[in-house]
Amino acid sequence: MNAHPYLFLALFLAVAVAFPLLLLSVARLWVRYFQPAKPGPAKNSTYECGLAASGDSWIQFKAHYYLYAILFLLFDVEVLFLLPFAVTFTTLPLGALVAMLVFIFLLAEGLVWAWHRGHLEWK
Amino acid sequence: MIELWSNLPPALQMLLKGLAVIAVIFPIAGASSLAERKISAAFQGRPGPNRAIPIWFAWVPVIGPLLQKLGVFHLMSDGLKMLFKEDPLPGHVNKPYFILAPILAMIPAFTTVSVVPFGAYFDAAGHAVPLMLANVDVGILAVFAVGSLGVYALIIAGWASNSKYPFLGGVRASAQLISYELSMTLSVLPVFLWVNAPGTAGSLSLARVVEFQSQPGFWGGTWFVFVMPVSAFVFLVSLYAETNRQPFDMPESEADLVGGFHTEYGAFKWSLFFVAEYSHMTVGSAVFTLLFLGGWNPLPWVPLSDVAVWLHLADSPVLLGLLSIAIFLGKVILSIFVFMWVRWTLPRFRYDQVMKIGWQRLLPLAIANLIVYALAIAVIQK
Repeated sequence: MNAHPYLFLALFLAVAVAFPLLLLSVARLWVRYFQPAKPGPAKNSTYECGLAASGDSWIQFKAHYYLYAILFLLFDVEVLFLLPFAVTFTTLPLGALVAMLVFIFLLAEGLVWAWHRGHLEWK
Repeated sequence: MIELWSNLPPALQMLLKGLAVIAVIFPIAGASSLAERKISAAFQGRPGPNRAIPIWFAWVPVIGPLLQKLGVFHLMSDGLKMLFKEDPLPGHVNKPYFILAPILAMIPAFTTVSVVPFGAYFDAAGHAVPLMLANVDVGILAVFAVGSLGVYALIIAGWASNSKYPFLGGVRASAQLISYELSMTLSVLPVFLWVNAPGTAGSLSLARVVEFQSQPGFWGGTWFVFVMPVSAFVFLVSLYAETNRQPFDMPESEADLVGGFHTEYGAFKWSLFFVAEYSHMTVGSAVFTLLFLGGWNPLPWVPLSDVAVWLHLADSPVLLGLLSIAIFLGKVILSIFVFMWVRWTLPRFRYDQVMKIGWQRLLPLAIANLIVYALAIAVIQK
């Protein structure tokens, strides 16, 4: 078969969207015709352990999550550069290996720096 | 049979192949939710679900009681219940995103399936032909790229619920998933350093990894779990974290966040998250099997081609293909069992421990592992 291999990725993407949509609309139709919704104040309220909800749901949360996100961005870009390195690894000259080790060393150095600054400690 | 197949139009072939894969993967995902209940029961010394049986089925002599004991009807009635119970849409949620999130959760689960090879047969020249839907060169990269989209579903679900517990669950989920993604990607790099041997075109294809593990000779037939145990360990631990399985179930964490990101969900939208989780688990096990457990080779140092010779199957590609798929699925099911074994054996981690394991244990371990293997492979091959 000569179809383009990426066609399957697109096909499965389409199925992945269609399948839940189909089932959700079946459930929706069922609700519409056989099981009319009966909303009430209790059903519509925020779930909070059975007690009445207190305060706003837009709570403050630790800024520390952002630090992890920033660190992730830095490292993930570096890790992505390592993948082409792995593909062409054995055809590379020795100098490229050394260069790549320096690159990995920079990645490790970033980790050591963040560790040393205490960014990796969950406080 | 084969002529009939190759006479079909390519579009129809494609559709049938896709349907066949879905028909294999999704029953496994469904059955593993039942297996989870039965296995947890066995670990805790309970019988597990064993009562439900429809009256019209109860008269079947042997099969009826057997299925009843296995709890198959519990699974079916649970599935039906999900579809037909009231589907609440609480007033405080952000409706478009609230409905979008479970649909998004299905995308990585479905799409990654298409780049996973399930088996192989040998063509007339004796070359192994992998049975896979999309034989793309980027293989593992496609799995990671699409698989990591799953984090959007969790964070959108948490945010759109507009409620405290789901929000905290969504934030925790995103931090956990991104933390373990780094170690996961780094842990598979040594495998591809080793596979892309001199004189071959470089590739990240998963079928290539299996081909590499089915060569003759001692080193050729060794599975990568023996050559790179640290990589396999880091990959497996990161996989547990990426699929939100215990002991890393921070996104849900029933104990402190009620239900985590899906607290406000019910009925079918809720079950979509779970179908996605179990399919993610199935695909993750499949990738682990391909990378480290030799794919469709029955035993270490016993490649599929030897089995084909012993059983005289070399000239019947259909039977050999089915055999290889059976071997591969057997390993995947074993790997799913290990998922459940770990879940019901280890206590869950605290959140600070999760972050500590991810960033201060697994990531340095993965980097050191990469450096050691890069140097060792360079020395061996040059």
